[in-house]
Amino acid sequence: MSEATANKIPVTVLTGYLGAGKTTLLNRILSENHGKKYAVIVNEFGEIGIDNDLIIGADEEVFEMNNGCVCCTVRGDLVRILDGLMKRKGKFDAIIVETTGLADPAPVAQTFFVDEDVQAHARLDAVVTVADAKWLSDRLKDAPEAKNQIAFADVIVLNKIDLVSKAELAEVEARIRAINPYAKLHKTERAQVKLSDVLERGAFDLDRILEIEPDFLEAGDDHDHHGHDHGHDHHHHDHGHGGLKHYHDEDMHSMSLRTDKALDASTFMPWLQDLMAKEGGKILRSKGILSFSGDDDRYVFQGVHMMLEGDHQRPWKDGEKRESRLVFIGRDLPEQLIRDGFERCIPA
Amino acid sequence: MSDFNPLKEQESIVSVTDRVVPVAIGAAVTAVHFLGDKAAFVGAEEKVTLVDPTGATAPVEVAFGGILCSTSDGKRIVMGCDDGKVVVLDRDGAVSTFAIDAKRRWIDNVALHPDGAVAWSVGKVAFVRAPKGEEKFFEVPSTVGGLAFAPKGLRLAIAHYNGVSLWFPNMAANAEVLEWAGSHLGVTFSPDNKFLVTTMHEPALHGWRLADSKHMRMTGYPARVRSISWSAGGKGLATSGADTVIVWPFASKDGPMGKEPAMLAPLKARVTMVACHPRQDILAAGYSDGTILMVRLTDGAEILVRANKGRPVAALAWNAKGTLLAFADSEGDAGLLEL
Repeated sequence: MSEATANKIPVTVLTGYLGAGKTTLLNRILSENHGKKYAVIVNEFGEIGIDNDLIIGADEEVFEMNNGCVCCTVRGDLVRILDGLMKRKGKFDAIIVETTGLADPAPVAQTFFVDEDVQAHARLDAVVTVADAKWLSDRLKDAPEAKNQIAFADVIVLNKIDLVSKAELAEVEARIRAINPYAKLHKTERAQVKLSDVLERGAFDLDRILEIEPDFLEAGDDHDHHGHDHGHDHHHHDHGHGGLKHYHDEDMHSMSLRTDKALDASTFMPWLQDLMAKEGGKILRSKGILSFSGDDDRYVFQGVHMMLEGDHQRPWKDGEKRESRLVFIGRDLPEQLIRDGFERCIPA
Repeated sequence: MSDFNPLKEQESIVSVTDRVVPVAIGAAVTAVHFLGDKAAFVGAEEKVTLVDPTGATAPVEVAFGGILCSTSDGKRIVMGCDDGKVVVLDRDGAVSTFAIDAKRRWIDNVALHPDGAVAWSVGKVAFVRAPKGEEKFFEVPSTVGGLAFAPKGLRLAIAHYNGVSLWFPNMAANAEVLEWAGSHLGVTFSPDNKFLVTTMHEPALHGWRLADSKHMRMTGYPARVRSISWSAGGKGLATSGADTVIVWPFASKDGPMGKEPAMLAPLKARVTMVACHPRQDILAAGYSDGTILMVRLTDGAEILVRANKGRPVAALAWNAKGTLLAFADSEGDAGLLEL
């Protein structure tokens, strides 16, 4: 699988609310002296203009798959454009898809799960979300799109930090972490981020689902704030921990599950599939590393809404702690239902 | 690549592989058409390679960028390019620009009318220009997936999300819309003008009987159907997308309604291209492992044209008389077979 993955063209999805700095980042990526050629799929022509790169206009047309699943939406225009681009392999090294500020990243990501032809030639590398340090906190309150983009991200570029105070920065960071503690977060001015931090991340590569630990850049705060049970009375109860405030977002949050007892695959897999079929509309992203009884291989999976893919990854190493870890990010996650269901999959 | 060759075990199969004239195109091929007796291999980039029956090649530069789509009536090839140009290559090898999109957007689809009218699409807009006629356009609700002219009259089928619009460019009346939920990517009229069939984004075809808009669902494919071809006389519609050639019956007035398709030439590989012989009940099928078979529609008898070489067959076509078969795989390893 790794060899096949290596031959596929990496696709980076660049998202972010209006004015956050997407175009600035895109222009930086294209103008930097990296010797690579990009095919860039944009919604608005004109804002970027770099020779040598292929710039293609898109329409952001989303349609529902005819499989009875309401959250199975894909970007039809992307299917068509990628089809055209694949005829010209060799003319570019990677593809960047810029979404509009109001776009939901899910249909873009799902396009790479459901379309066989797309899957054969391209692989989703990462969803990179550019966020505006000054305005994100406000947008998280009034714009569900902004929240989706944060929840969906593998990499968050928290931009324009020069426009906010330290306290404001701490607050916006905490709000991001309340929604998505797993994304890599980079704080920037004018989207000055190392390209290696946003490109070639392999965030959707099953072989690289190694770290699903929360990514807290502030050292000394590894408290998993969803490890404890809490009901759904999400007021913004702020409680300080080592300088980084904790928020609970009202509807979007993440949860993790963990056990060091080997799971029974014949119980766990049907549960996971059933959970995704029933609650996948609420679950934006899911990932897991699993230890099954009678199986010496690590099993890894990931999902976008109802779409799941999984595979045996590699044998557990000697001395490696055999444990199963799962992460869900979603809107109004039925946390207790998921925890109870998971508990039932753990052999007594 | 494994040496496994399912055909080796079938000693009884007739092979004509030694009669194929090999052709090296040297670049990815996306389609092949015939201009008279010359095969024209359309490359992904810039070039069309003309090949005469002896295998002599002559490259023709037709574009400055990528060639996204192409169609032919045997007299000329119309191509849509990623620099916004609609380009025509005629029998003498002359290249001309037929139309240019004002914003230089991708030309996503092209279609050619027997009377010489050309249709193309950019985003949601379909354009038509008849010989000596003026350019007309029609906008549909979402991006055009495919275009096809009806065999009679100047009528254009425009496939898009959730259905097909049937547009008479020379009439003021609104377009008729045939609805079916989903993304329709390709469209074709049956040669008798009685049925319209689309290939969908999901692994299925959808059809309508034009007289009463009655639906026909053609499902059960493991993969998206990318290649379709009407058999001689329009009696059947051969399709790719499965590990056998699926041929839907269209001879009766009900078309394939309530009928099972024929399943021919099963292999342990997926059919990627189909091309029906223009006059006889024979078709050529190309597979994902590079195999090409000629198959008799009446009894499924097979003749081996090309053994499996690993890469998928990407282009397959007969000349108008049905005396020449041209093919190419995705990397441009090509050939011509004279019958």
